[in-house]
Amino acid sequence: MALISVNSLSFAYRDRRVLHGVTFSVDAGEVLGLVGPNGCGKTTLIRCVDGMLSPDGGTVMLDKREIRTMHRREVARAMAYVPQSAGNRTGATVFETVLMGRRPYLNWTVNRTDEEKVIAALDLLDLGDLALRNVAELSGGERQRVMIARALVQETGVILLDEPTSNLDVCHQMGVMEVLRGLAGEKGLAVVIALHDLNLAATYCHRLMVMKAGAVYGYGAPEEVLTEEMLRAVYGIEAVVKRDLSAPYMVPVRPGHLRGGA
Amino acid sequence: MEQHVVIEGYTRLKKTRALFIGGLLSALVILTGVAVTLGSAGLTVGESYLAILAGLFPGFFSAPDLATTIVWDFRLHRVLFAVSSGFGLAVAGCVMQGILRNPLASPFTLGIASAAATGASIAIVLGAGAVGGEYLVIGNAFLFSLLAALAIYGMARYRGIGSETMVLAGIALMYLFSAVTSLLQYVGSAEQLQAVVFWMFGSVDKSTWPKLGIVALVLACTIPYLVYRAWDLNALAEGDEMAASLGVPVERSMAVLMMIASLITAVIICFTGTIGFIGLVAPHITRMAIGGDFRTLLPASGLVGALLLLSADSIARSVLAPQILPVGIVTAFLGVPFFIYLFLHRRDA
Repeated sequence: MALISVNSLSFAYRDRRVLHGVTFSVDAGEVLGLVGPNGCGKTTLIRCVDGMLSPDGGTVMLDKREIRTMHRREVARAMAYVPQSAGNRTGATVFETVLMGRRPYLNWTVNRTDEEKVIAALDLLDLGDLALRNVAELSGGERQRVMIARALVQETGVILLDEPTSNLDVCHQMGVMEVLRGLAGEKGLAVVIALHDLNLAATYCHRLMVMKAGAVYGYGAPEEVLTEEMLRAVYGIEAVVKRDLSAPYMVPVRPGHLRGGA
Repeated sequence: MEQHVVIEGYTRLKKTRALFIGGLLSALVILTGVAVTLGSAGLTVGESYLAILAGLFPGFFSAPDLATTIVWDFRLHRVLFAVSSGFGLAVAGCVMQGILRNPLASPFTLGIASAAATGASIAIVLGAGAVGGEYLVIGNAFLFSLLAALAIYGMARYRGIGSETMVLAGIALMYLFSAVTSLLQYVGSAEQLQAVVFWMFGSVDKSTWPKLGIVALVLACTIPYLVYRAWDLNALAEGDEMAASLGVPVERSMAVLMMIASLITAVIICFTGTIGFIGLVAPHITRMAIGGDFRTLLPASGLVGALLLLSADSIARSVLAPQILPVGIVTAFLGVPFFIYLFLHRRDA
C-alpha cells in the first residue's frame, strides 16, 4: 500500500522550471533513495512533497488524502522532514530539540509518555549521552542525528530526509541508514531519502529514483538503476559498477584511465 | 546515559527554570517596595509597604495619610509603570528575536522605536497629529510605531515573508525614520529640539494611573496568549521550513505574533519614549540563564526586563536626587557592561 504517492509534480521558481512531471510512490516498509547531481531538484522535490513549496502542477497524496486539503498539523502527524542543514537554535538542549518533534501532538504541557518517546529515539540514534548538552555545542554530525531523532518522535508514517548523512563519518552513515531501514521494516514506515553517496543508497534503499535536470531519469531497484550508462548520462563520469556483493557498487575512474585501471 | 538520568536531568532543568522565575518574582516584589521608598519624603521600606497595603485593604491596614498620599499619588504608579514597561518591552523583544531568529531583533533595531520618535517629533515640532490635545504626542508615537510594524510586515510579505527580509526592512526603516526625526530637529526651534531630545531619551516620568491602566490592560490581554503560543515560537526558532514540518502555519503565526509584539511595543513607547535596550538584552540574559524554551523564556524575560527597568529607574531617581536622569540613559549604562560581561563569560562562547 502506498503511504505517499506523487503524481506528475511540477514546480518553477519564478521563471526557472525545476521539476518536470515527477511521479513516484512509496509503500509502507519501503526506503526510496533520491539520487542525482547537485541542482537536479532533489531538495525542491522534497520541499514540494512536504508542502513547504506549492507545486504548480500535479498532486501529492498522503495516505490517499491530497496534502493541499490537510491542515498543517495533520500533515505534521503524517509526515516528518529532516532538513539538509541541521537547525541550531541557541540555548536548547538535545532533549528539548528532540522534544519539539512532539509538537504536533502537544497542547502546552509535556507528559511522561512524550519524555519517554524522546529518550527511546535518543537511544536509537546513540545520542543518550548527549541528551543534556546544548545543541549549539554539538558537531555537525551529532546535530544531524538529533534532527533524525526528532523526526522519529514525530511518529509519522512517512519520513523525508534531505541528505541526512552528508556530515557523518562512514560509521554513523551506516548507523543512520540501518536505523532507517530497520524502522521502515518494523513499523511499516515509508522513507524518502535524498543521498549523494550512490553506494550507500544502493546498499540501503529498496528502490532508487535518479533525477536529472528536474525529471526522473531512472526508477527501480538499485541493480537496475545503478549502471555505467546511467552514471555517464546523468553525472557525466566514467565509472565501473561492480556486482560481486549483495548490492551493486560503483568505483569512479579518472577520465582517460578507464582501460588501464579496469 | 541511563534513561532515568536523562529524565532527572530534564526535571532538574524544569526546576531550575521554576526557581529562576520564582526568584525573579520575589526580587521584583522586594525591589518594588524599595523603589517606592526612594525620594525626598524619607519613608522606610516598612512604611511604604504599609501604605501600599493600606491603599489596597483600607479596613485591615492603616498608614499615615501623608505616606499613603505620597505612595499612591506619586510613586506607586511610576514604579509599576516601570515594571510593566520593562516586562512588555522584554517580552516583545523576545518574541521578535524568536520569530526572526535574529539575536539583533528588537523593537529598536526593527525601526519601531525610531518610528515612534518620528511620530512624536512631528507632534512636537509641527503640532500635527491624528489626535489632538493632551494625547497628541502619545497618539502620534503610537500610530507611527504601528505603521512601521505594518510597513516591515508588508515589505516582507510582498517578497515572500522571510525572517532576513524583515530584519533588513526594519533596519532600513530605522535609518529612514531617524533621518526624518533629524530633519525635524533641524527645522525645529530650540525648545522643540529640546522636547524632541527629551522624548527620545525615554523615561517613565510622565506615568499616571490611567496610562498604567492602558499598558497593564494590553499586557493582560496579550501576554497569556503569547505564552500559550510558546510551542509555535519554539518551532519557528528552528527555521520556517522546520516549523512548517512540525505543524506550524508559518505565515499566519509569524504575522499574528509579530503584530502582537508590535502592539505591546507601541503602547509602551508612546508613553515612555525610546527605551531601546531592554527589549534587546533581557531576552538574551534570560536565555543564557535558563535556555531557549519559550514556555519559560517569555515570562522570565519579562521579569528580567521589569527588574532591569525598575532598577535603572530607581538609580535614575536617586543618583543625582532630586534631579531625575532619563531612564533610557541609565539602562544603557547599566545594561551594556553587564551584557558584555555575560557574553564574554558565556560557557559556549
